[in-house]
Amino acid sequence: MKNYWKFGLLIVAVLGTLAWLAAGGINDTKTYYKTVSELKQLGSQAQERRLRVGGDIAPNSIKRDGANVSFTLAQDKLRMEVVYNGIDPLPDTFRDGAQALADGKLGADGVFHATKIQAKCASKYEAKPVVKGNPSVRS
Amino acid sequence: MENLGTLAILLAFCFAIYAIIGSVAGKLGRRPFLVLSAERAVYCVCALLTLAASLLVYSLIAGDFRLSYVAEHSNKSMELPYKFASWWGGQEGSLLLWAWLLSTYTSVLVFQNRRKFREMMPYVTAVLMTTEAFFLVLISFVEAPFKVLMAGKGIVDAGDGQGLNPLLQYWTMVIHPPMLYLGYVGFAVPFAFAMGSLITKQPGDGWINTTRRWTLVTWMFQTTGVLLGAGWAYAVLGWGGYWGWDPVENASLLPWITATAFLHSVMMQEKKGMMKVWNMVLVSSTFFLCIFGTFLTRSGVVQSVHAFAQSSLGRYFVTFLAVGIAATLYLILNRLDYLKSEAQLESVLSRESSFLFNNLILLASCFAVLWGTLFPVITEAINGEKISVDAPFFNRVNIPIGLGLMLLTGVGPLIAWRKSSVESLKRAFFWPSVAGVVVAVGLFAMGVRHFYALVSFALCTFVAVTVVIEFFKGAFAIRSKDGQNIFASMVELTHRNTRRYGGYLVHMGVVFMFIGFTGKAFDLDKTVQVSKGDKVQLGAYQLTIGATESGKNENYSWDILNVGVVKNGSDLGTLRPERRLYFASRQPTSNVAIRRRLNEDLYLNFAGASNDGEGTVLQSYVFPLVSWIWIGYWGVLIGTIICLIPSKSRLVYPRTEVVTVAGKHAQVEK
Repeated sequence: MKNYWKFGLLIVAVLGTLAWLAAGGINDTKTYYKTVSELKQLGSQAQERRLRVGGDIAPNSIKRDGANVSFTLAQDKLRMEVVYNGIDPLPDTFRDGAQALADGKLGADGVFHATKIQAKCASKYEAKPVVKGNPSVRS
Repeated sequence: MENLGTLAILLAFCFAIYAIIGSVAGKLGRRPFLVLSAERAVYCVCALLTLAASLLVYSLIAGDFRLSYVAEHSNKSMELPYKFASWWGGQEGSLLLWAWLLSTYTSVLVFQNRRKFREMMPYVTAVLMTTEAFFLVLISFVEAPFKVLMAGKGIVDAGDGQGLNPLLQYWTMVIHPPMLYLGYVGFAVPFAFAMGSLITKQPGDGWINTTRRWTLVTWMFQTTGVLLGAGWAYAVLGWGGYWGWDPVENASLLPWITATAFLHSVMMQEKKGMMKVWNMVLVSSTFFLCIFGTFLTRSGVVQSVHAFAQSSLGRYFVTFLAVGIAATLYLILNRLDYLKSEAQLESVLSRESSFLFNNLILLASCFAVLWGTLFPVITEAINGEKISVDAPFFNRVNIPIGLGLMLLTGVGPLIAWRKSSVESLKRAFFWPSVAGVVVAVGLFAMGVRHFYALVSFALCTFVAVTVVIEFFKGAFAIRSKDGQNIFASMVELTHRNTRRYGGYLVHMGVVFMFIGFTGKAFDLDKTVQVSKGDKVQLGAYQLTIGATESGKNENYSWDILNVGVVKNGSDLGTLRPERRLYFASRQPTSNVAIRRRLNEDLYLNFAGASNDGEGTVLQSYVFPLVSWIWIGYWGVLIGTIICLIPSKSRLVYPRTEVVTVAGKHAQVEK
């Protein structure tokens, strides 16, 4: 019984360090999920935070220019220009009409500078219903 | 055909319900015949689901395109293995696979134990059949595999199907999901036994001994499934990496973590009678994390590149999880008296302590991964904003955890039970520590400055040396008595205690995998727009861009970029990364070219033509040491198989034998 304080101390030390690392990790990487319309409403705040924007890739908008890729994310009638020049290959599912998520920051020029791109294929377990408005709406 | 399949599933559901009722009523009412009939019902469930699965597979292979599932996931031109694999290409089929596997596992279990554990088995059967009934509810009433395509009043024959997404038409699709399912489903069995022992208030550890092998095999399948996914992502899916901390990847990792913790802490219960409550919690958590993982990957709750649809299944899973967890918690709390520990923790420097910390940090990792995966759901519930965290968060927490685990892997097997003296520790760990320090200093001298990499290589060396010393020490002892050569002695040594030495081999496999992971600290990459004749320098490699070849066949059109590779003056041949565009699905795929060697992989991705038409974009990477991950997996697999082989010597652990448990209000007779 008398040794339990040693265990307690060690456990607290281990968990404390991990919690501290986790908190730092969350702060550094936390990415706010926004739709295109929400992003446009954010204004200047959008340029400071890491954001993740979701939308559909507008047809014929994907352009490669050396290491840069630019495309347009569409949501209903709204459009958002995105530029990506990261080192990871673009996913194979990244093509016209696919749903894409772009992580990054909105630049002062109104173009979204993405550091990571994810794209979903339109069918895996079921054909995905088109999600209008708030993507957190579940059927 | 489809009516027969639907009927089979519905009947299976009825039999499963009967099996639950028969088992419980037969046990409580002391009617062995009811219990026996319930076990026969289990066999019926398995037979019926085998029929249903066969019908579905037949429809997929023969191309019965009146069925909507067949039209969505199979087509005429796919090769046979992929037509078979389309069984699990979609929601309904994969749920049927789950249900079928569970029914098969349960049948085997019931048969194996038809003359054993008569006290517990009815409850074990009931728990497994309750889970089975849940999945059968899903495929009977919510996502039925045998739906036909209807237009008006007539059945439509679609003529041909969409087929599997080309990204899935690789051999890995044929085995990665089944391996994962064998893991996910398999963890229901130890859970059912644990619940059975709790319900019947069995003070002994019969359930642990009987499920040890089962848990090990299931763990092996889960490990295989997870690593197949990683290997597939790396080589085929062209994400440039083997692990992205994607929610679906995390979902398969979470039960693996708790199962690993369980496999270790169970030794504490076997040998010392400790951690009984904790083991109950672990085995239950593993099972519920499997259900949770199944839920996560098909409910659309969290955004993932694996793109599973949003469906109404979510609420069924949540209900099952809520009821199940509540029932399990109640049982554990109610039976706490029967789970009293037989020994105490005595010293921080002891094997008990190292098992404790092993479990602590594994569970911390599990919690962190779970938290990170569900972060968007949690933050949305709290303040309406969806915030997600990314790979850096997971890596920041899990790298120190991994290194801590490595340390324990070296220390744990050699530290004494109860209390270890500082002297014995010095003796056991002197040479391994020296080796670790030498490696770290040597690497530092060679220019390596990455802190975590240095620590990792040092710890890997530490563990490797402890394992090698153990093998040689034991083998020398055997050789001096039996006169065989050293390798025969090692085989004999292993055979005498397969659990211990098989375990060492598993640990060595993990060491190799960590070496592979550590290589990531030294990755190189370059993305460049190139034309024919350009030269690109990446590390020691000089890449010369050659001609682009193009062509097409009936399924896809392709472009191949020829890249000549020269390293340090010697010609290493040509790599040909490829891009394809599949006509039917308009799906482009990138087929990366990888040159795999033990020290590093050269990885080339042909990213496509530049839009201004001037050239093509080539992404080149050097991934040092990554092949050691796959090599390490084989070590883990072989070690696990050895663990499953019965030892030559039967080891008996001196334990306090629990004869009976007095109730709370028992009076001691004077």
